[in-house]
Amino acid sequence: MRIKNILRSIFLEPLILISRDKAGFIGFIVLLFILLLSFIGPYFVKLDTEVKLDKIYQFPSREHILGTDNQGRDIFSQIVNGGKDVIIVAFLAGVISTLIAVTLGSLSAYAGGVTDMVIMFITEIILTIPQFPLLAVLSAFVRLTNPTMLALIIGLLGWPALARAIRAQVLSIRERDYIEAARVLDLGRLHIIFSEILPNMLSYIVISLIMAMTSAVYSQVGLIMLGLVPFYGHNWGLMIQLAWTRGAIFYRGSIFYILSPIIAIALFQWSAVTFTRSLEGIFNPRLRSGE
Amino acid sequence: MEDRAIIRLEHLSKSFTVRSGVFGGRKSMQVIGDLSLSISEGEVLCLVGESGCGKTTTGKLIVGLIKPTSGKILFEGQDIWDMSKEDFSSYRRAVQIVHQDPYSSLNPVHRIYNILSAPLFRHGIVRSRGEAEEKVLELLGRVDLTPPEDFIYKYPHQLSGGQRQRVAIARSLTLNPRFIVADEAVSMLDVSIRLSVIELLRRLKEEMNVAFLFITHDLAMAKYFGWEGRIAVMYLGRIVEIGPTPRVIENPSHPYTKALLMAIPEADPRITRSKKPMELRSLDIPSLLNLPPGCTFNPRCPFWIEGVCDKEVPEMYEPEKDHYVSCFLFRGK
Repeated sequence: MRIKNILRSIFLEPLILISRDKAGFIGFIVLLFILLLSFIGPYFVKLDTEVKLDKIYQFPSREHILGTDNQGRDIFSQIVNGGKDVIIVAFLAGVISTLIAVTLGSLSAYAGGVTDMVIMFITEIILTIPQFPLLAVLSAFVRLTNPTMLALIIGLLGWPALARAIRAQVLSIRERDYIEAARVLDLGRLHIIFSEILPNMLSYIVISLIMAMTSAVYSQVGLIMLGLVPFYGHNWGLMIQLAWTRGAIFYRGSIFYILSPIIAIALFQWSAVTFTRSLEGIFNPRLRSGE
Repeated sequence: MEDRAIIRLEHLSKSFTVRSGVFGGRKSMQVIGDLSLSISEGEVLCLVGESGCGKTTTGKLIVGLIKPTSGKILFEGQDIWDMSKEDFSSYRRAVQIVHQDPYSSLNPVHRIYNILSAPLFRHGIVRSRGEAEEKVLELLGRVDLTPPEDFIYKYPHQLSGGQRQRVAIARSLTLNPRFIVADEAVSMLDVSIRLSVIELLRRLKEEMNVAFLFITHDLAMAKYFGWEGRIAVMYLGRIVEIGPTPRVIENPSHPYTKALLMAIPEADPRITRSKKPMELRSLDIPSLLNLPPGCTFNPRCPFWIEGVCDKEVPEMYEPEKDHYVSCFLFRGK
């Protein structure tokens, strides 16, 4: 009975809340599909590395759902195997930048004074530097041999805008009467930050995390596509770069090679952004009607 | 009486700095000036005055949310800003506040159970969820939210204004306080609900022997809630008159108190029409940034004495026992 209740509150209730917003629910389904395809798919569809000169640039068929590339390799298998790294890097970078933003933003607002001034000064400097050129230059100096390193660099540059937004929110929530009441009840600083202030911003933070992920996707795919990051493994960004550099865009037959990774990326981005609509309803009790 | 004082304010003052732009420099705005008061165990003191006169600041100073610029706040004879950690913590538990706006005083993300049980767990009053539930139900029953089972797992947005205010009152009771600052606690409520909440506060005072600082702009509410207690009239951050409620209401002495009382409409419109409002010399309240010299009420006072009221600052005079007035008309009486 008890286990049934726990299962219900972990799986069923969020699903009901997600399904309340139609667009958000569609975003959720597409996102889930892409995640399953990218993380479970590779166990079923092996990456096709065999060069088959007689099958160059084939159109979609039963054998090759998305056709073949300039060396006759199956494109669908490349799509299935190329998502994992992109998503992992995006997730890590998003988590890193959101964590930094939440920590520094709330610290800045809560501490005030000199701490606030120093943090905001650094924030504004990083905001002023154009992100992508800096990433491009950095990637020339730092050996980006693994996805984690790439995520770290993208994450370390992505936090300032969110930090400022978080600071503004904490400044506003900090003055509410229920925070005063918590102070008078001597509930402690940690309780006030983590149990009174942050839950009020949770939907905003999670939505920002997803937005940070989507911008991390563009940053990394952009770097890979421009060939600024050394090749590792196989991913959607690399597919675009290969399709591009092998002159694929000159052949009509190559349309599926170049469009497949682009559509995969666009679909991932769109579903993630649309999914955030549902999240608002999950974290904001005022929107949960009928309880 | 003095030794039973639970809270005593000694020459308290509070100024805020107002900055006007990069080149504007700073100005000091005195919100509270030289405030001395004492409130005994179980007593009701009503603090009345116009909006912006410093009532809420006084309340926040007493519960220790803001620090005074000068002067002392004594809790059981000890300065709260010069206390050991343990003493300050016991002061914090003993002195609570009920806010004006029940829509912003409850955190929207928490259920009533969480709102009321957090302080109980934090201060070790309950140890388990079962104990906490029992205690929360008891608190809800105490503030007339019955049946309590219907309310315990609701969110604040599912309650009405009056119900929320009762939850806020229940929260102020979680730590068995001895002193509650009720900052306009009923003024946002519907008139029909106001009286029942006042009745609730009065009953809690009787049952738990809690002292109240009842801050209000509504003299009728002060009269109703604080008839057995005292009333203090505040004008521009200073107390101008203080005394037992019946005597202040029936025999208002300070010109400002008189003006306030005359401005209250009576239930009978004929009486209201026949009441002659006092002719004030000016209807504008002076700016806190630029307080008038001498008695701060002198630019508006119809009884002002030139060369006295605008030069000297009046002290507290005691024309009758326990009834103090800060006005030169009562000097030497």
